[in-house]
Amino acid sequence: MRRLGLLAAALSLTIAACSGTTTPGPKATTGGEAATATAKSRLTTIKERGKLICGVEGTIPGFSFVDPSGKYSGLDVDICRAVAAAVFGTSDNIDSKIEYRNLDSTARFPALQNGEVDMLSRNTTWTISRDAAGGNGLEFAPTTFYDGQGVMVSKASGIKKFADLKGKSVCVETGTTTELNLASRAKEAGITINEVKFQDSNAAAAAYTEGRCEGFTSDRSQLAAKRTGLPKPEDNILLDEVLSKEPLGPVTVNNDSAWFDVVKWVTYGLFQAEEFGITQANVDQKLKDPSPDVQNFLGVQGELGQQLGLSKDFMAKAIKVTGNYGEIFERNVGAKSPLKIDRGLNKLWSKGGLVYSPPFR
Amino acid sequence: MAEPLDDKTPLWRDQRFTGLVFQAAVLVLVVGIAGVLLANMVRNLQQLGRQLDFGFLRNQSGFNIGESILPYQPNDTYGWALVIGLVNTLRLILIGFVTATVIGTLSGLASFSSNWLLRHLNLIYIEVARNTPLLLQLFFWYFVIFFGLAQGAEAKQVLGWFLISKKGIALPWPTPGASVWGGLLAIALLGVVAYLTWRWRRWLLEEKGQHGRLQTGLLLGTAAIALGVFLFGLGWSLPRLDANNNILGGVRISLEYAAMLAGLTFYTGAFIAEIVRGGIASVSKGQWEAARSLGLKGGLTMALVVLPQALRVIIPSLNGQYMNLAKNSSLALAIGYPDIFATGQTTQNQTGRAVEIVLLWAITYLLVNLIISVVMNQLNRTIQIRER
Repeated sequence: MRRLGLLAAALSLTIAACSGTTTPGPKATTGGEAATATAKSRLTTIKERGKLICGVEGTIPGFSFVDPSGKYSGLDVDICRAVAAAVFGTSDNIDSKIEYRNLDSTARFPALQNGEVDMLSRNTTWTISRDAAGGNGLEFAPTTFYDGQGVMVSKASGIKKFADLKGKSVCVETGTTTELNLASRAKEAGITINEVKFQDSNAAAAAYTEGRCEGFTSDRSQLAAKRTGLPKPEDNILLDEVLSKEPLGPVTVNNDSAWFDVVKWVTYGLFQAEEFGITQANVDQKLKDPSPDVQNFLGVQGELGQQLGLSKDFMAKAIKVTGNYGEIFERNVGAKSPLKIDRGLNKLWSKGGLVYSPPFR
Repeated sequence: MAEPLDDKTPLWRDQRFTGLVFQAAVLVLVVGIAGVLLANMVRNLQQLGRQLDFGFLRNQSGFNIGESILPYQPNDTYGWALVIGLVNTLRLILIGFVTATVIGTLSGLASFSSNWLLRHLNLIYIEVARNTPLLLQLFFWYFVIFFGLAQGAEAKQVLGWFLISKKGIALPWPTPGASVWGGLLAIALLGVVAYLTWRWRRWLLEEKGQHGRLQTGLLLGTAAIALGVFLFGLGWSLPRLDANNNILGGVRISLEYAAMLAGLTFYTGAFIAEIVRGGIASVSKGQWEAARSLGLKGGLTMALVVLPQALRVIIPSLNGQYMNLAKNSSLALAIGYPDIFATGQTTQNQTGRAVEIVLLWAITYLLVNLIISVVMNQLNRTIQIRER
């Protein structure tokens, strides 16, 4: 979650305290890492190390969590796998080449900036202050999940749209952007909502379950995940209105184009594969596809891979491991998963969504 | 103090001198550390382009507060929102002091009961309440007890006059109006009459050696009239359900408030019980025996001889428990009760004024606890033995 609050304030004070005496200026935390990065790309470091260190959230079902067999799985985890397969040019036993690190929302950016992890693939919202060099100084790869704040209500309540919440109670976790969005959307709609605020999102969800509030608000992906844990998931619905934009995607540090391009284009490649209809199952047959676009994409001809500093069949290996974006989505959070999140904005551009890859040529 | 006080003792071996030097060093150290911390904070805030500024308190808050006894609208100011939070905190802790003291005293007395079952049930309560975290107990009261009672879509009757639903508990409450104030005034007057009659009866019994039965009758009569006024003169409005399952009448408290109050009461009550038990145990056995040999029965022994002496031990330790209760009330956010901590949290989330809010929190809790201390010390002074 994007907890603003005390921690952030305390952290920024401490950071300012550490850097204060020597470097006056807005932020000085990205300096050292960026300087070495231009000298030697992280891509080289990863290849030499033989392992990709991927920062994940680790506790959100469908996105990144440890399944009963002890393996990491989820949408965010599959992005790590695809990148690892592309970097090491292999589709065999890919988990042995990845080290996952669980990071909470306060630890994630320092861990990336200090080089503890090579990339983040954990529900991180793309915002200008995080992207800007004078802000957090990060690079955002293409959005892999268009999330947004939603409201869950019980079917029996008869609430159909946001305005119906007038005078009703909504359970919310305090200290988050969620709380702020709810207040401002209610103001815009000209309605008064009784916000019942909890320190912890699990307590807020429990109070909703008990019927204390008519509604419960959080990111739609989180709501869907929480819904699977309710006694009768089918009795609860997500309102159609989206209260905020939360584009989530993989993240790397500034000033390392070579490495950032790899993460960016592997992610795009997963989108492109869905557009081409290349799946985990048919990727081997598609190598014989006569279309020049597909041949370029899979590295049968051309040298797109080498230009990125990878092997030419990097996308073929990645797809072999994870399948295309559509498969990843359906398997982890979509119809084939317990979360059953509608693809909505996450459909391909050609089907009315926002998922779009620039051409591979 | 610098000149040697005794010719034979060198300065560095003069205890008065070394003592002063040591104290001065500690003072310099403390002031220095505080100064460095303060300067650091101010400098860091300057670097972030900010300074301590409480002007945001006048801005419109834009968020709603679930429950409040004072009028509050989302277009009121942040300052007013914090006041509402403070009032919510105060009405929690003030009622909490009373209920925790009652529960604690009863439980403390119960540990001297001759009834085996009562004594042991009481022991279990004290040990469970003292040895589990308060946060856990709050979750228990909120999610298990109160939501358990409010199970189902409709409001339910509990204990005859109470209605409980997911939205809160409705209690009987006097209908606001002139008759309430009239009734309360009448009860107060009757109280004064009763006090004077009691003094009169004491004087007759002690000084004149008369039986004072007339006065006893008068006392009973006053009590009966007061009870009548209380029951029928205040215009009690009982909560009831209308056809649409809405609660009408009475006064409504939220489940969050009820759970907070119950949690704080039983948690603090267990500690108070131990203090009461310790206080009573500190009164020597001779006092019990002396009271009994004077012919006092069990209850009177406790009320007239043991408890007044035990209070001298109990009151100073109670102070700490009341302060703990006040501070523990800040856990309210865990179960969604909008106290000063919760409203402050929302305010600093919306305004980004974390430092200012933390300062306000610190000052508020400090003031509340200092006031508790002053009041308790005053109370302590009145019950201590006056040396003669």
